[in-house]
Formats: sequence, C-alpha cells, structure tokens
Amino acid sequence: MITASVAELSRALLARRLSSVELAKALLDRIDAANPMLNAFLTVDRDGALAQAKAADTRIAAGNASPLTGVPLAHKDVIMTAGLRTTCGSRMLENFVAPYNAFVADRLADAGMVLLGKTNMDEFAMGSSNENSYFGPVKNPWDQTCVAGGSSGGSAAAVAARLVPAATGTDTGGSIRQPAALSGVCGLKPTYGICSRYGLVAFASSLDTPGAFGQTVEDCALLLNAMAGHDARDSTSVDRPAEDYMRLLAADAGAKPLAGLRIGLPREYYGSGVEPDIANAIGAAIDALKLLGATTVDVSLPNVEYSLPVYYVISPAEASSNLARFDGVRYGHRAAKYDDLMDMYKKTRAEGFGAEVKRRILVGTYVLSHGYYDAYYLKAQQVRRLIADDFTRAYQSCDVIVGPTSPTTAFCMGDNTDDPVKMYLNDIFTIASNLTGTPAISIPCGFDGKGLPIGLQIQGAAFAEAQILNVAHRYQQATDWHRRVPPDFSP
Amino acid sequence: MALSVDDVQRAAHLARIEITAAEADDVRNKLEGVFRMIERMRAVDTTGIVPMSHAQDVSLPLREDRVTEGDQRALYQQNAPAVENGLYLVPKVIE
Repeated sequence: MITASVAELSRALLARRLSSVELAKALLDRIDAANPMLNAFLTVDRDGALAQAKAADTRIAAGNASPLTGVPLAHKDVIMTAGLRTTCGSRMLENFVAPYNAFVADRLADAGMVLLGKTNMDEFAMGSSNENSYFGPVKNPWDQTCVAGGSSGGSAAAVAARLVPAATGTDTGGSIRQPAALSGVCGLKPTYGICSRYGLVAFASSLDTPGAFGQTVEDCALLLNAMAGHDARDSTSVDRPAEDYMRLLAADAGAKPLAGLRIGLPREYYGSGVEPDIANAIGAAIDALKLLGATTVDVSLPNVEYSLPVYYVISPAEASSNLARFDGVRYGHRAAKYDDLMDMYKKTRAEGFGAEVKRRILVGTYVLSHGYYDAYYLKAQQVRRLIADDFTRAYQSCDVIVGPTSPTTAFCMGDNTDDPVKMYLNDIFTIASNLTGTPAISIPCGFDGKGLPIGLQIQGAAFAEAQILNVAHRYQQATDWHRRVPPDFSP
Repeated sequence: MALSVDDVQRAAHLARIEITAAEADDVRNKLEGVFRMIERMRAVDTTGIVPMSHAQDVSLPLREDRVTEGDQRALYQQNAPAVENGLYLVPKVIE
C-alpha cells in the first residue's frame, strides 16, 4: 500500500479493499517517522487529513467517487490552503494562514483527495536546491547529504520517499522537473494557462505554472485531469474545451506504441556540460523509445543558449513587482524596531526575505529602473520571442523534444550556495519550456555511478500534454526505473 | 558590467530593502556575477523583433461590472501585524 501509485490506490479504494482513513493514518505515521530526516513537510495536518479521509470513505460508499477520491496528497507551500499555514518557505510568511484556497487546491479537494500537509520549498520558489528555505533544506531520499532539487524539493522528496503518492508543485524555470529528476520521480509542467494560477503566491506571473508530481506518468495525468480548467479569476487562464489527459494511455497500442512518433534531438542539449552518466542514460532511453517505434531527427534551437540570461531578466523583473506586496502592513512579518514608515518597510523586507530572494528583487528592480528598461527587459522579451520561434520551427520536423532534465544529478548540500550563477545553471534545460509556455515532463531514466537518479525530459508544443504523457507512459511500460524506492525508505 | 556599491544601494532603496554597510560588498559581488551572465544576451541581434510579454497570445477578458465578493475585511485582517477598528496601523506619517 505504501509504495502503490495513485492509480493502484484508487482501484483498491473504489473496490473497498482499503479505506482512505487506514491509508491516511499509515502515511501520516510514515511522515512522522521520516520527516525529521528529510525535512520535506513544513506542515502536517493530521486532524484535517483524517476528517477528509473519513468523508472520502463515505463518498466512496455512496458511489459518487472520482478516481482521486480518498487518495492522499501534499501541496507545495506556495499553494494557498484556507485555514492552513502557507509559508512559501519564507520567514516573511512564517505565520500566514491563507484566507482562501488556490484554484488547484479547490479542484483536488473537490475530487476528494486527502491533504496530508504542505511541503518545503525554496523561499518564494526561487532556487534549485531547496537550500533557500527559511525552514532548512530538504534532504534527498537517495542520499541525505545531497539536495533534493528545487524549488519544489519537498514535494519531490515526499513522493520519492513514498510519504505521499502524489503532490503539487509549481514550475517557473524548472521547479517541478528539476527536483523530480534529482529525486527520482515524475514531474509534469503543463502548458501555461491550463491550470489557473489563482491562489498561488506569485513569483513571475508570465512563467509560473502549477503542476504535479507522481511515481508514474499515469498519476500525473490523473492529477492534471482534476487540476486543469478555465478560471475567470486568472486572466491568463485558457478557455478551451476540457480534455481527458488519460485518453491515449489506456489504449493497447501493441509492440510499437510509438510508431510514427518523431523525436527531436536538439544538438544544443547534447554538449559538453552534461555529466557522462547522464548522457549515457539519455542515450539508452532514446534507444528504448526507438524500440517502441519512434524515430529520431536532429533539430536545432540556436537561441536556447540565451534562455538563462533571458530568464534572469524577466523572472526577477516580475518578482520585484509581485513581491512589493510584502510590506509588513497587510500580512506577514513586520520588523520589531524601526524609525519611521520607510525604515519599517526596509527593515521588514531585509529581515523577512532571505539572500536569494533579495538578490532577485534587486536584479529585477535594477533592470526595470529608469534608463535600463530597454537594454534589459525589452531586450529579454525580444530574445524570448526568438527562443519561442526556434521551438515552433523545431516542431515542424518533430513531435516531441527529448533530452536530459538537468546537467547533473543531485549535488552535495552547500556545493553551489556561494555562487548564484553556478546554481542557476541547473535549470539550463528546463527554462525554455517556461519562456515558451509549453508542456514538459521529467521521468526517471536511470542512476549515475553514485546511485543518484537521472531525469529524462520530454517537451512538447503548447497543449500537447496528452502526447508527451503518452510517450512518457509508454517508456514506463517498457522500463522500471520509476518503481525503484530509495533504500532508506523502502517499507 | 561594473556595479558600484552606490548602484546597489540605489536599487535597494527603490526595492525598500535595507542593506547594511557590512553586507554591501558581498551583495555587489554576487549581483555583478549575475549581470555578467545576463550580458551575454545583449549580443543577440533583435532588430525588428516584437517583444514577447506572454507565453500565449492572451487578450485580457472583460467581465460585467458587478460586485463579485462580499466584505471579508475581518478575515483578511487576521493576518495583519497591527490593526485597530478595522484599519491597518503604520508608523505615523503626518505630524
């Protein structure tokens, strides 16, 4: 039961072979035992979870359950949950209790999922290692001296250690896919606009995307089915007919389920910056996809090398504006000692934000300030267009793009903390999906020589979720990397 | 690009973040590293390229002008550091 996927749990719950209360209790006990080692959860809501589980059992007995009813869940602590603390991994919001639910929290609650708690994250979702959390870093379940990745590191580690079968995350530059890769789970970043941002604590509004973590691709699809939908409260929410993201997964497509699929291999993703163990694992994964019927085609994304600088202009610019709301007046931390209003703002924000958040606010403030706007912000938006055009061109000759999620496997705590730019390089392969607003998934595809997981990234064109989920699912049907459990957390 | 401590303090003032003299050099060094990385982008020829401000070509939707939310002041002010009589308290700004 502990290592079962969402789909497996759902079948057991609906067949009444397992009760949601029983399942929630077992996982809550597991969290109590494991969390002191991993620091994956910031808040555990035992009473709330058991009440929701009881309601789920009643709903299942009444015969009006959804496929997710009674299945436990965790939310990244950037997703607002009414009545439950939402900290964003920041001292600024240490005691903030959200007055309402995020859209995705509502959707998953409506489906009957049981919220066990809120997961640790880099402060305000800014980071690639979870070391920027005010509440301490998340440890990697495969090696606790290593980072779990970030910013959604708590969600990734919790699913990897089998503390919860599924979790939400948000992905602004790779914050779902990179920790999924480093922790050995699946992480889906949908198309921008498919899942409403209502009730996410905003970081970079043109890039922030809610998404899902699971052990399997099928689980990610199940969650997306519940999370996606139009929401008038998010002006960038896309209004289009509902889709069943599971629709391609169930079909029996025979021995060559990927026949006709053209996989694009961008030469820019296969350079010298990738660790040899990762390059080998990705090569083997591509061979496995070919055995399933896919063919490969070389593509080129000449401007993708500028993703990092473009991202580090646009996202801090948007963050500096979004985070202006934390002023110590309406919510959050307020400094204890100050001279006047200006001093109160400055001390409150100096104390409430950590070093990386302040750094990004300063970068954003600088690039938006008088005299620099054209040279940085406007320029970045123009290069963003060139990057998007590269992908549009590539998708004329291929259906999906495949490569490594991250250039390295999980690194040691403290290895990159003194050099922000070195840390930023972790997201070199993930950022483009955010700049272009397109979907991508990271799935486990092997281990390096140290026994650390490796992630395979599958990217698709806008609204091609069903297709990338199908490719990833067919790979998982042929392999068992996603079934491996970290030895220290094997039940 | 060379950033001075004054440049950093100017941005910090605009961002309403206090940076102490002891921190300033380290902050400046790390920001300079970030801007060195960003500078690479400036070599790209973007003549005539329309800036992309959004992933999707969104046109902002309009809705009917009517009240959609009730008064939730008491609920929202539960998170405020200092309130009195339904008002947010800040240090005195007018003598």
